[in-house]
Parts: sequence; structure tokens; C-alpha cells
Amino acid sequence: MLHTVNKSPFQTNSLETCLRFARASHSVLLFEDGIYGALKGTRLESLITDSLKSYSIYVLVPDVEARGMRIGDVIDGVKPVDYAGFVDLAAENTVQAWL
Amino acid sequence: MKFGILVNEGPYQHQASDSAYQFTKAALEKGHEIFRVFFYHDGVYNASRLLVPPQDDRHIANRWSALSKEYKLDLVVCIAAAQRRGMLDENEAKRQGKDAHNIAEGFHISGLGQLIEAGIQSERLVVFGD
Repeated sequence: MLHTVNKSPFQTNSLETCLRFARASHSVLLFEDGIYGALKGTRLESLITDSLKSYSIYVLVPDVEARGMRIGDVIDGVKPVDYAGFVDLAAENTVQAWL
Repeated sequence: MKFGILVNEGPYQHQASDSAYQFTKAALEKGHEIFRVFFYHDGVYNASRLLVPPQDDRHIANRWSALSKEYKLDLVVCIAAAQRRGMLDENEAKRQGKDAHNIAEGFHISGLGQLIEAGIQSERLVVFGD
């Protein structure tokens, strides 16, 4: 299953809820304001780093760059994807949108 | 792979309509099929023929219309959500006694059954919203 999170974790708790429900083989995609959860140096960094041990976390690069950040600002281990990569993830997994 | 797309947010609000468009375009370019794009709740505003964004900004409705023309996309606007928000096609305007209609090219108004059908017929229903 692919979980998509489009809101900042500093705005809603959808990312934290999503990570609580995600299972070992699942993937999580952070896009739109959700990319803020993938950044280094926030209070969520340890949660993301721990979660990476159990499942894959992806970040949509165009949405990182649209917000003035670079892929280097993203936590190591979070995988960068573009829209084509997003489509691949959605094709490989059923999709659960955490709106 | 056959995708259905659900758009629940209006244009220029956050980013849902843009994300849905970019996802749909990328999927089509990869050779996937988009069974239908369904516009629900404030998402119905994406279908307005009267949007006039600044010239240097993207035109969200026209962009969907162009994609629809290129790939014969089925763009469906929920009738109940549309009528509440003053989004009418020519037939509905006539039926409701209104003097104008405002649905952009390539979109058409239909019922919620079209969303259910998209959910059943598509292998994935990808939701974009607020």
C-alpha cells in the first residue's frame, strides 16, 4: 500500500497518524506541504529516521524545490521521486490518501 | 494500469488540482489509462469557463481542457456539488431558468454514480484534496 500525505506535520497530525498505521511492506509518499515532514532538523526527524527502518518513505522533488528547498535538505534515506515516480508507486501499490 | 482520479479541491486554493493534473499528465505520458477524472466538492470550480488568472500564471481550467482534448479524457463534474456552487452547463442553465452557463470545454456534468463507476472500473482511485 502507498500512503500519500499532502499536509505539513506542523499543521495536521496526518503524517504521524499515517506512520502509526503503516505496515512493514508499505510505502509513504510526502508531497505538497507534506514534504516539510521529510526535512532535516525538525522535531519529527527521529520519527522519520525510525520509520525508515520499517518502510520506504518517498518525497516528491518538484514540491521540495517549489518551496525553496533542495534534496540535500531532505533526511538521508528518504527517496526522491518525480511525478513519473509517483505514478509508478501508485501503479505498484493500492493508494491511501491521508487528506 | 487503469487509474481513476478524484479532485476535491478548487483551483488556486492549495495544490490539489495542480497535483492531480501533474499526476494525470505523467500517467498518460507513461501510457497508462485514465478512466475518468471526477471533480467533487469545491473541485467543481476547476471546470469554470470564466477563470481569468493573470497571464503569467497557469490556467487551471484550460489546462484540463487541453489535456482532455489531447487524450480524450473523461472530465466529470458532480451535478449536486456543481449546482450548489453555481456551476451550470447549457442544459442545466435552461432547466433552472438561469441566463448563463459556465462549464469549460471538455468537462461535463453528471451524477455521483460516475464516481462509483470510476472506483469500480479503475484499478486505482487516486484522491487529491484538501
